[in-house]
This record gives sequence, C-alpha cells and structure tokens, in this order.
Amino acid sequence: MNRIKAKFEELRQLGKSAFMPYICAGDPTPELSRKLFKALEEAGADLIEFGVPFSDPIADGPTIQKASERALTHRISLRQILDLIRELRAESQIPIALMTYYNPIFRMGEGKFCAAAEEAGIDGVIIPDLPLEEAESLLELAPKHNLATILLVTPTSPPERIRRIASVSTGFIYCVSVTGVTGAREALSEEIRPVLTKLRKHTDKPICVGFGISTNEQAHTVAQMADGVIVASAIINVIESHLGHEANIVSNARKFAEELAKGVKGEI
Amino acid sequence: MVRNLPDVAGHFGEFGGRFVPETLMSALLELEDAYANLKENEDFQKEFEYHLREYVGRPNPLYYAERLTEELGGAKIYLKREDLNHTGAHKINNTVGQILLARRMGKKRIIAETGAGQHGVATATVTAKFKIECEIFMGEEDIERQALNVFRMQLLGATVTPVSSGSRTLKDAINAAFRDWVTNVRTTHLLIGSVVGAHPYPMIVRDFQSVIGNETRSQILEKEGRLPDCIVACVGGGSNSIGMFHPFYADSSVNLVGVEAAGESILSGKHAAPLCAGSIGVFHGAKCYLLQEDDGQITPAHSISAGLDYPGVGPEHSYYRATGRAQYVSISDEEAVEGFKLLSESEGIIPALEAAHAIAYLRKLAPTMDRDEIIVLCLSGRGDKDVYTINSNPL
Repeated sequence: MNRIKAKFEELRQLGKSAFMPYICAGDPTPELSRKLFKALEEAGADLIEFGVPFSDPIADGPTIQKASERALTHRISLRQILDLIRELRAESQIPIALMTYYNPIFRMGEGKFCAAAEEAGIDGVIIPDLPLEEAESLLELAPKHNLATILLVTPTSPPERIRRIASVSTGFIYCVSVTGVTGAREALSEEIRPVLTKLRKHTDKPICVGFGISTNEQAHTVAQMADGVIVASAIINVIESHLGHEANIVSNARKFAEELAKGVKGEI
Repeated sequence: MVRNLPDVAGHFGEFGGRFVPETLMSALLELEDAYANLKENEDFQKEFEYHLREYVGRPNPLYYAERLTEELGGAKIYLKREDLNHTGAHKINNTVGQILLARRMGKKRIIAETGAGQHGVATATVTAKFKIECEIFMGEEDIERQALNVFRMQLLGATVTPVSSGSRTLKDAINAAFRDWVTNVRTTHLLIGSVVGAHPYPMIVRDFQSVIGNETRSQILEKEGRLPDCIVACVGGGSNSIGMFHPFYADSSVNLVGVEAAGESILSGKHAAPLCAGSIGVFHGAKCYLLQEDDGQITPAHSISAGLDYPGVGPEHSYYRATGRAQYVSISDEEAVEGFKLLSESEGIIPALEAAHAIAYLRKLAPTMDRDEIIVLCLSGRGDKDVYTINSNPL
C-alpha cells in the first residue's frame, strides 16, 4: 500500500493528527538537508514534505524563496534530489511527499518523472502551480506508479471546484489556510475553519492544513480540526537563523520539530 | 484558424493554459467571464474606442520612412507610429482596456509589473486618470537602468516597489506581482502588460493591442491599395508584435517577422531569444518557449533593452513559431544600438531600444527585397528613456 495512505489509516485508528514538516532539498547544503530529513523523522514527523527548489517560486513567500536560492547555489537538480531520496529510503520508511513546481517535471517528462519517483521511493507529489485543469495527464499516470497526487484547496476555491478537487486528490488534500503565499504568521488565519467546513462536506479523505502555522500552540489548534498539520517556513526560519553553524542548524531544527510534534499530538 | 484561438481552456495548440496556484484560479475564471461578456458589449467597446481616440491619440500615423527607405536601398518602409501615443509606447492601448475592465469588475486596486518602465508608466497613467490605487513592481536592476520612468510613475501617484529577488529584472517583478495578487486577489486586479501569463491574459492583451494591426491594415490599404509583403516587430513578451501580427494571421501573403534580443550573442548564452534559441516549458502560468536549464530551472535573460529582457514569451508567439506562421530572428545589443542611431539620424525619430532591434533587422532585410515591395515596422515606442543607456554604450 502507498505509505501516505497507510500512515493516515494508522493515525485515524489512533485518533491522532499527522505532523508534516517541510524542508527544501539542498538547503542550506545537500548534505545538511539529508541530516535535517533524518532529524525531523526522529523528532516525530509522521510524513515529510520534501521541496524541490525552483528559480521562480510564485506561490512562496520570502522564507522559502531564500531557501530555494540557497539550495540552487549548489546547482541541485530534480534528478539529484531523486538520488538523495533513494539513499534516504535505504534507512527510512517515512512517507515522502515531493513538493515541486511543474516545470522541472514537464522538462523531465511526466512519464519518466513518475517512474523515477516511484523507483526513488516517493509516495506523493504536491505541485503548487498545476491546478485541476492542467493536471489531467498526471492524474492518469501517477496511480500507475503508486504515487499520490495531492491537490490544493484554498479559501478562494468555489464550492464546485472544491468538490472536484476533493474527488480527484489522492493521499490527502492540501488545505491552504490563507489567501496568500507561504510564510510564518503571528496569528492563525481566520479562513481555516470556513474552508475546512466546506471541504469536509465533500470528502472523507485526509485533510492537511498548511501555510502560516508557526508555533506548537497553533499546531495544536489546527490538529484539532484537521488530519494533518504542515509546517514549512517556521522551520526554515530556524535553519536560516543558524546559518554558518552546521551543528546548531540540525540540533535546533530537531528541537523545534519536537515541540511542533508535541503540539500536533496534544502533548503540550 | 487563429480567430478560434485560444480554446476554452486558453490553449494555443500545445501552448498557453493556466499553470497557477489554486488561489488564483477563481480570479482567472472571474476575469475570463467578465471579459467574455464585455467583449460582446457595445457600450464597453465604444468606451474603449473613445479613450483610445481622445486620450491616447489614435489612430496614430502609418508613416512612410522615405529617407530610411533610400538609405537601405530596397523595400519601401512604413513605420506604425506607436511612439506617438500618449505616454510614448504601445503599452497604453492595453492599460486603457484593462482599467475599464477592472472598473467594471469593481476592483479597488491595480498592481502591475514593469521591465523598461513603459508598462508601469502606462498603468500609472490610467490609474491616475481613473483614480484607482496603484502599485508597480520593478526589478532593482531595471530601476537603475530606467530612472526616468520610475520618476514618471511616482509623479503619476503610483507606488513603485523595488524587487530584489532573483535576477532583479522583469521576470522577478512578475513573480512579485503574482505573489501580491495571490494575497490580495479579492480586491485587486493584476494588470499584466504583455501577452504572457495564464489564460485569459494572453488573449485579453492581444485583443486590446490588435488595434495596432487593425489600423495598419486600413492605413496601408488606403496608401498602397494592398497589404504589405512583410511586417516586422520586436518581441520580448510579445505584445506589440502580437497586436500587429494577429490581424494579419489569415493573410498568408504577409510575412510576419518577430525580432528577439540576441543580447551579447546567442552563442554566449547571454540573450533574451527564447523563440530562436530556447525550448518548451512552463513559466509564469503558461506553456511557451523559454530559456531554461536541462533540469527546468529558468535561466535569466540578458538584453541591453529592459523591455526585452525576459526569458519567456507569449504562448501565441510560441504557437506561430511552432506552426511556422511567423519567422523569428535575433539582433544583438550592438546591432540594436546601430539601429537606434540609424533611425534617429535618417528620420529624426529616436526609437525605444526595444523597437531599435526591429529597425536593426531592417538593415539586413530591406536591401534583399525589391523596391516595389512593402515592409511595415511596428515602432513600438519612443527612445527618450534610453538616451542614457545609449550614451554609456558608445559605438
């Protein structure tokens, strides 16, 4: 069974929500992102969202833009990231959702990409600039390679679109909590509850909430409403604040992820 | 038949489409609906024509460039004088159209990207006229190159927001505008200045710019009694050229030639010629030709002209290129500067550096044609903004 699907079934039986941290492959270096991946797993992540850096990330705020720029100084490519994941798979069975803009996939070819992703051990893909209308061929290919196609729902999605997205998204549905780009925010968005309510009407599939969640209290609050909590920019901020001190980057990211995991699991 | 393009999902053959974050999909669908209604609305069309006539100063002349024709010793050359529009470039045709559209949609705020600053000025002009809040995103490198236009936008009451990410040019200004739109989409209209971006933008901008080609057609028929043999226009994102080409799409006797920026040279890799030397990819919401690495990262473009300094190109041009309807060539920075001087000295018209690329190509093309053949060149803008650049790049 697909690892993402299995994980949500397991968590549902336990009555728990999933904690899904994001890091950008290659940030701040390819080697450190490998160490960060393992540290996040040890800190209690249930799934990991692994980002492919892109030169023009239009859905991302300054934090992930900078992470992508740092990663790209190492000229890390999608192919190298697939290699990195294949190596990580030898030691880890944690579900991995690959977050990538569409052009690197298009450039490789959807068919080749799906085969390579399966072979590397990826369980699902999140493509922020591939809406329903353009996703048809990928939605058809991905299941043949045991890949979940995780689509996004946002506060601006009209009800009919929400219904269609919910019906074709597999693995889970990525619920964007704000009308905006990625980035840590002080307060939780008031748009979360209404969009979750609309979404829940149409589906029993797992729903994970992301964008703007940055503290363990916020993670705790969101975990009460959703099947999973995604934290990205707040983790990247920890990495960024320790740039230049390798050992501190990993230990501080681990510490922060442990707190977030406790928040999600209701242990604060 | 191109009049049926794009299809309902915004595709020109394999190009175009809507590759944007989900947050923007409802706004794109809303824009598409609003435009579909207004396109057929006589009041709206009359309002658009009124402002083009009374405010922009259309129709502008199709000018017979007699001295330039003599100098090059070949085909008869006509210039479509978009440089004589209010604000000095073709960009205003589209901003007038989109501001009327945005007002009817009830949007309270306008944002736009700009490269050379011509689109920023044209946007700030119409937001001043219609009293709507305006923010313009502009790359830091372009702000340095185009200080005069920055000052003009500020005089017109717009906020100019510098963009320091990536290559600090047009592509990054577009990224920043998209991010603002993702955040403020409910109240804000993104006024894209070229035939790029997600559907319906390439279609809307093309339709508003088609006034260039439509006027040219009736003017050349009046002066010469026949259509031109060749039409030449510069291509960055591609709005002046599509506005000129599109109305002639079905006239197979008219050769369409788009001139891209070869920058330092195509071989150096420092250029802005995706149609001549790029490959197909997905960028800024559409499938198109673009400059990219093997792994799909976008390569920064290079051109002496800020308005052509863009690694992608509109999907309709991509379609013309793939189907062979138009031919695309490239002109280097150095040749463009020569073109700039040629038109200044032969006709007393200082062209924008963007249009200077098209003029430079005439030096190659016109002498190979007969004296009874006709070329129309789209003189997309005037060159006041570029005199400092020319001064610091002496031949």
